[in-house]
Amino acid sequence: MPLYQLTAHELHEKLKAREITSADLTQSVFDRIDAVEGQIEGYITLTKETAFQQAEAADVGFQRGDEMPPLAGIPIAIKDVICTKGVLTTCGSKILGNFVPPYDATVTTKLHQQGSVVIGKTNMDEFAMGSSTENSAYRITRNPWDLDTIPGGSSGGSAAVVAADEAICSLGSDTGGSIRQPAALCGVVGMKPTYGRVSRFGLVAFASSLDQIGPFTKDVTDCALMLNAICGHDPMDSTSVNLPTPDYTGFLTKDIEGLKIGVPKEYFIEGMDTEVEGIVHTAVEALRECGASIEEISLPHTEYAIATYYIIAPAEASANLARYDGVRYGYRAEKVDELIEMYKKTRSRGFGEEVKRRIMLGTYALSSGYYDAYYLKGQKARTLIKSDFDRAFETVDVIVTPTSPTPAFKVGERTADPLQMYLSDVLTTPSSLAGLPGISVPCGLTSGGLPIGLQMLAAPFKEGKVLNAAYTFEQHTNHHLQKPAL
Amino acid sequence: MATITPEEVEHVANLARLEFNEEEIADFTHQLGRILDYIGKLNELDTTDVPPTSHVLPIHNVSKEDAVKPSYDRELVFATAPETQEGHFDVPKVIE
Repeated sequence: MPLYQLTAHELHEKLKAREITSADLTQSVFDRIDAVEGQIEGYITLTKETAFQQAEAADVGFQRGDEMPPLAGIPIAIKDVICTKGVLTTCGSKILGNFVPPYDATVTTKLHQQGSVVIGKTNMDEFAMGSSTENSAYRITRNPWDLDTIPGGSSGGSAAVVAADEAICSLGSDTGGSIRQPAALCGVVGMKPTYGRVSRFGLVAFASSLDQIGPFTKDVTDCALMLNAICGHDPMDSTSVNLPTPDYTGFLTKDIEGLKIGVPKEYFIEGMDTEVEGIVHTAVEALRECGASIEEISLPHTEYAIATYYIIAPAEASANLARYDGVRYGYRAEKVDELIEMYKKTRSRGFGEEVKRRIMLGTYALSSGYYDAYYLKGQKARTLIKSDFDRAFETVDVIVTPTSPTPAFKVGERTADPLQMYLSDVLTTPSSLAGLPGISVPCGLTSGGLPIGLQMLAAPFKEGKVLNAAYTFEQHTNHHLQKPAL
Repeated sequence: MATITPEEVEHVANLARLEFNEEEIADFTHQLGRILDYIGKLNELDTTDVPPTSHVLPIHNVSKEDAVKPSYDRELVFATAPETQEGHFDVPKVIE
């Protein structure tokens, strides 16, 4: 098997035994990129030169027989919304088309501390706003399982490059499902940690009360290793939580005897793809065979999550994106000699359509006379959605649902109707509003050969339970071993 | 439907420091109207005694010691700016 197809934990054993070098591995991944990137278009920027320097640095350690971290020498891609010092960070936007950050995000620093090899920055919906990666100002990323379909979004590039073996692992960000939904649609593992588990320092802000960084990997073991590497308190992010971080690989036991799993009836919605529903029910049965007890639960406010999310996220975005004014960084409209005009022209030319739509929606929801009717109402609905989960976790350990109501849809299919695109996130936004940890793991293919994802959620900071259930399911079913024919 | 008018769209655009042509104003009026209509679903909920959630974690203000630390390299920070002059960010004239 070519090196680019292996997982990080398999490669670590080979690196440690000096069967391979990180330089060989990095070359293998770049060869793969040369072979398939023309079809996938998952990257905005490749950092080949520094990647080989990082690989050689890791190889020095392995050759010396040093104790090397699990992700040392492993080629990893980073979503272009996460700051990388000295490397272009566009957020998929023209307004940051020339932005080279003067600092690293905390997660970037943590990958460097592991001795990982950063191979490039991945494509995304502009400022992480979207569910298909079609809102990128740069390119349309294709789903490796069917090049006529989208990879999901907003972290579509990060999901597609792992699915296409153009990276061993990657980092994405999830605000309303932007890790879990593309992971499901591309047939890889994707995890959104609890809000506060991973530092957001250097993650370009979209909706600050929701944004969270997390990994895309080929299996659950790699997911635990990535989470180990990036989690933890950071004084640079006052919303990062100062709690002990367990070794997440300790939860990979293949034992879920007695684990209580809840299946919310509201997640099997009208209009859901029947194949998705069937495959997810089969997956729930597999969990029962593994020893879990399954019960139907109710999360009665689920149907209000999209409406709530599309008040809160755009409201926060409208404030966060006020900083793109053409003064301190990024694009500035030329030849405008009046300040307000300069702001307006810069922002109107620099932002894409969806970003403007959300800034408008958020500004409206926060504006004088509408605040109570929209923003305050949204915050109260958020309380009800969160309370549903609080109650559910009094009786169950893990909640299992489909990640997305449909498999990957065709490029262009939903771009004409913003509301229809928003509804793609109907099964991931509720847990985002509650700040919960969640994973999507592959659970089968449709008759058309498109991957389906199983979402698993747990109470805040119980990532271990999610990983325990996900690993047991994965080892029992082996859906994760299926690969797209590229 | 008409939960938002073209005039309101123009007003909000000004607040957000965005500008649109007539066609775009018409598009936004229609699209935002549809989205706000959908969001109106929340009015089905009785939220009289429900406290708002602005943040999911029970966190409060976080203070840190007021210690002097080195800042980012000035040259590196200015390197990302569209225009600078003598150690400042340069903008169009604001005072006549």
